[in-house]
Amino acid sequence: MDLNLNAEERQFRDELRVWLEINVPKDWPEWREKPLEESFPYLRAWQRKLDEGRWAAVSWPKEYGGRSATLMQQAIFWEEMARIQAPSMANALGLGLIGPTIIAYGTEAQKKRFIPKILSAEEIWCQGFSEPNAGSDLASLQTEARLEGDHYIVNGQKVWTSFGWVADWCELVVRTDPTVPKHKGLTVLLVDMKSAGVEVRPLRQMTGESEFNELFFRDVRVPRENILGKVNDGWNVAISTLMFERGSYGARLHLLFKRNIDRLIELSRTFQRNGQPAAKDPLMRQKLAQCYAEIEIMRLNQLRAFSRITSTGVPGPEGSIQKLFWSELNQRLQQVAQEMFGPYGQLTSEDSRAVDNGIWSYGYLRTRGNTIEAGTSEVQRNIIGHFVLGLPRSY
Amino acid sequence: MEFGLSESQQLLKDNARKFFAGECPMEEVRRLMETETAYDRGLWAKMVEQGYTGVLFSEEWGGVGLGEVELILLMEEAGRALVPGPLFSTVALAGVMIDRVAGLEGKKRYLAPICSGEARSTAAILETHANWDLTDFEMVSSHGRLTGEKLFVPDAKVADFLLVVTRDGVFVADPKAPGITMEPMAVMDQTRKMYSVRFSNTPVERLGSLTGVAQALDVARAALVAEMVGGMQRTLDITVEYAKMRKQFGKSIGTYQAVQHQCADMYLETESARSAVYYAAWALEQHTPDAAVAVSIAKMYASDAARMVGNRGIQVHGGMGFTWENDLHLYYKRAKASETALGDSTYHRERIARLVIDRSAASSQTA
Repeated sequence: MDLNLNAEERQFRDELRVWLEINVPKDWPEWREKPLEESFPYLRAWQRKLDEGRWAAVSWPKEYGGRSATLMQQAIFWEEMARIQAPSMANALGLGLIGPTIIAYGTEAQKKRFIPKILSAEEIWCQGFSEPNAGSDLASLQTEARLEGDHYIVNGQKVWTSFGWVADWCELVVRTDPTVPKHKGLTVLLVDMKSAGVEVRPLRQMTGESEFNELFFRDVRVPRENILGKVNDGWNVAISTLMFERGSYGARLHLLFKRNIDRLIELSRTFQRNGQPAAKDPLMRQKLAQCYAEIEIMRLNQLRAFSRITSTGVPGPEGSIQKLFWSELNQRLQQVAQEMFGPYGQLTSEDSRAVDNGIWSYGYLRTRGNTIEAGTSEVQRNIIGHFVLGLPRSY
Repeated sequence: MEFGLSESQQLLKDNARKFFAGECPMEEVRRLMETETAYDRGLWAKMVEQGYTGVLFSEEWGGVGLGEVELILLMEEAGRALVPGPLFSTVALAGVMIDRVAGLEGKKRYLAPICSGEARSTAAILETHANWDLTDFEMVSSHGRLTGEKLFVPDAKVADFLLVVTRDGVFVADPKAPGITMEPMAVMDQTRKMYSVRFSNTPVERLGSLTGVAQALDVARAALVAEMVGGMQRTLDITVEYAKMRKQFGKSIGTYQAVQHQCADMYLETESARSAVYYAAWALEQHTPDAAVAVSIAKMYASDAARMVGNRGIQVHGGMGFTWENDLHLYYKRAKASETALGDSTYHRERIARLVIDRSAASSQTA
């Protein structure tokens, strides 16, 4: 056990620091608060710059424009990005999930065609997985693709699609064989979002914003060469995308949580509770300390999981608790914020009295989604029960 | 950066597991807990042979000279086996305190016999108000003598010498010295005996000042949390095994999600406590600036988690979990004792608040 950086990790960090110091745009604070629709071109430009410096996808193999970074180096990357408060990258799903899946399953022609434009944010990607009747039970999805000559004809509906409104391409899971058991008749298609018959509608959430979309496919023609992986092997391809989703996200989230708890502690000195600053109220101190501790434990669980993967090559059991842990922790953190702010907690960005321009009232609502998206807490507990503890399958 | 165990650390842990499984199986735990002191001379001699009593201490005093990480790996396995007797008291409590508080002469006199296995010891800390803050102690020495009462002193009856923490330093008392009376306290956990120790104008020897005590207690805390993690792991293992085997409504109860989810939460709590204490031990070993916070995070989290893991384990077992025959209650009672020892979760949350909230306030004022 040695949590100090080794020579290679230090070199990686130092090189990155120098690059970030020079290249992080100074005017980002002016853009940060704007709606994503407005700031999106800005984020695209920032990602292009990162790609030019070969920093857009450090985890990817060198031959595909990455740095073949170890998990620890990836953790360092996100830590440094957060430390300097760098903007996020526009093509989040392309870089984090879909690119790695294409690298794992794609043909050479597909890799050549898609990978460079994912890196440069020239083409933005979205995921077409969940459907109105297929959430946790993803394999029961109904969007169908029929082969006609050298094209698939796609019909169906997808939901909860992030970046749908801006995406150029979609990693779409479809049913290609309805006659076999549900997991065995799925195929992944790479679909051009500009194809005739694709319709994107905003899906309004309880927060009032439309972070997600609904996608409708009506007789959409997809060339046969856009199959990712093998026909009817789509379940394995989709699962590998979900693994990327659950694996790497925690490291990035920790830094956001850390910023939030630091900010709450700062605010606790001005917000009054029972006639004194919240920072002096015994109960609020207990609650803030609990959050602070759990956020640190989230970091430590992540580091242990990374070490396990590095030494054994396979994700260890620690990794499976991460999604469950962070999503429920984030809800607890937002609740503590609400208790501290009292009636001010409910004010949205439209009210000038709102704390931090309403990010906390937004966060309180948004975190309800955390225990649902990317695998509900119930599904996560099932996964731990089945695959980690070896309990009999319940479905 | 490597958060896994090194080969030699893993080996030490595996060997400890094998050793305790062979030398201290549950039948032996149950036999010892029914005895007056839960101490077994033969078991002690074998632990000494393994180097367990000197694991953390310098070779100069006959120790093995390993670090805090190795200490907690050993304690984790001791906790998993629910080893009765004064291993924790002698090594993690008294030994560490001598190591951090005493001068060369004191170490030679008191640490060397712990390493060699000749002596067992413990530390008398809590007073009647049961507050762990060093500044709140009332007992104070007067002309080399102590008067007053210490409570919840683990394994005092088998100690060859007692460390006593007072307002003005750490002292060594001979249990046979005039004015000392010891009485067992009737606690839930029979595997770790607790005593009240009364001093009446008892002559004592000064070991050192309070300066190193806070750090010594933090090492003891990490060791205790590691023990708790071992107990949580064992509780989880027993429970999962039972959920697979026990059938109701024609299926093993582990098929039902209500049961699976209890087990999944036990797993999350156990692994999280383990991450926290492994880091705390490393931070203590490296003297990182956040070591005290890291220890409090671990003790705070484990104090709640160990209890919850026990609650869930008993619940999954149903009626069986409520019996004397099942081993779960033995772990459950140890968990309760450890939960409050060296500060419960409320105590450590407040300590984290002082170290994090108040300190950042101080630094932002000076900035």
